[in-house]
Amino acid sequence: MDRAVAVVVTDTRYILLLLLLLLSRITAAAVLPEERADAMFHSYDGGGVTINGPSILVRKQLGNSFSMSGKYYVDSITSASIDVVATASPYNEKRTEYNLGLDYLRDKVTMSAAFTISEENDFNAKSMHLGVSQEIFGGMTTVSLGYSRGWDTVGKLGDPSYAKDADRQNYRIGLSQVLTKNLLMELGYETITDEGFLNNPYRRVRYLTSATTFDYQDEIYPNTRTTNAVAFRAKYYLPYRAALHGEYRIFNDTWGINASNFEVGYTHPFRKNWIFDFKVRSYTQTSADFYNDLFPFVNAQNFLARDKELSSFSSLTYGAGVSYEFAKSGWRFIDKGSINFSYNRIRFDYDDFRNIPVGSANGDAPGAEPLYGFDADVVQFYISIWY
Amino acid sequence: MNRLTLLLFLISSVLINTACSIKPWVKPYERDHLADSIMSFSRDPVSASYLHHVYQAREGARGAEGGQGGGCGCN
Repeated sequence: MDRAVAVVVTDTRYILLLLLLLLSRITAAAVLPEERADAMFHSYDGGGVTINGPSILVRKQLGNSFSMSGKYYVDSITSASIDVVATASPYNEKRTEYNLGLDYLRDKVTMSAAFTISEENDFNAKSMHLGVSQEIFGGMTTVSLGYSRGWDTVGKLGDPSYAKDADRQNYRIGLSQVLTKNLLMELGYETITDEGFLNNPYRRVRYLTSATTFDYQDEIYPNTRTTNAVAFRAKYYLPYRAALHGEYRIFNDTWGINASNFEVGYTHPFRKNWIFDFKVRSYTQTSADFYNDLFPFVNAQNFLARDKELSSFSSLTYGAGVSYEFAKSGWRFIDKGSINFSYNRIRFDYDDFRNIPVGSANGDAPGAEPLYGFDADVVQFYISIWY
Repeated sequence: MNRLTLLLFLISSVLINTACSIKPWVKPYERDHLADSIMSFSRDPVSASYLHHVYQAREGARGAEGGQGGGCGCN
């Protein structure tokens, strides 16, 4: 697996370098991102897990060439998820993320750099992001390249000496294309490589100890993972003022997971100030090679996982949102503003992850418990101003 | 995987190089629909990045979400 990772990384670096050389020959126009501020409250509630908190994003231009952005994001987590209920105690924790970014426009090329810090009481992550994008072909095409590097430190509550590291690298290529005066298309590719401790230190796998009993042991993951994703998006302006969008993404990784998702959505402005959004998203994935809901015996194989995110499952999201725009012709220092509310309901259905608490209560034999599934409610409320 | 990367590279190269010889077929004055905010792939970045974070935390797949990307830093 290490060799496979090295080959992928080397190839991607080589290709990114060549693309940068090609881009440097071409002239184009570009603009800096809009100056705006967003303050959001977000909430996720599903499967015994509640996560909510604020998120603030501010972007300000400095002179004609620079744009600076700052983000503050909090997840306040209360977890009594099915894993936690089966093998540990419910817990509360808080994750705080800070992000600082700078965009620089020079000779019609936008370059961006950002740094992110994420802190939890048992998990810290730092990452830096670099990007370059260029409009070419009279503004019809935008090509973008990106690279990120992340450093995670995984800890364990109750064990101050426990500290494991994981490094992450992302490589991105994006192509956005104007096809007609009503149709936009976007193609994106991203490969991510991880190296280090990739487990969750609390999660456990179960194995049979007899035909009617089972026990748990710590999960063991490989130390490397490389993932590839290709996404295609399109957006179409309808004959009246409204838009349709579609997205298809395919994914695979060196752990044996194959996934795809498909999304369609519709945006409908209403009168002068309202915008309504609707969407449906379908996601499906196969399980990792080393995933099993119930291993036949202890240490059954070198890698062991019973993380439902690595199992075979599908999910279906229905989403709706509404925005009300105010002060559209400006008010004091603001150019315009909007108040936004969105709601997504996600249904998860697992194909090989069983509901142990319900099975145990029913007296089901190990491996004969009902399959697990749950609904999650995702709510966002945010206010945005442009200045 | 390597074939896929090579194919993407070739497509990008061809598009970039042919871009120099073909004239844009949608003129700047014909782009008022495309410039409408409802045609943005992520109209509100704060909302798009939050939803990507939700999906990354609950799904095995990750990457190519559009926008800045960069991962959610969650385990």
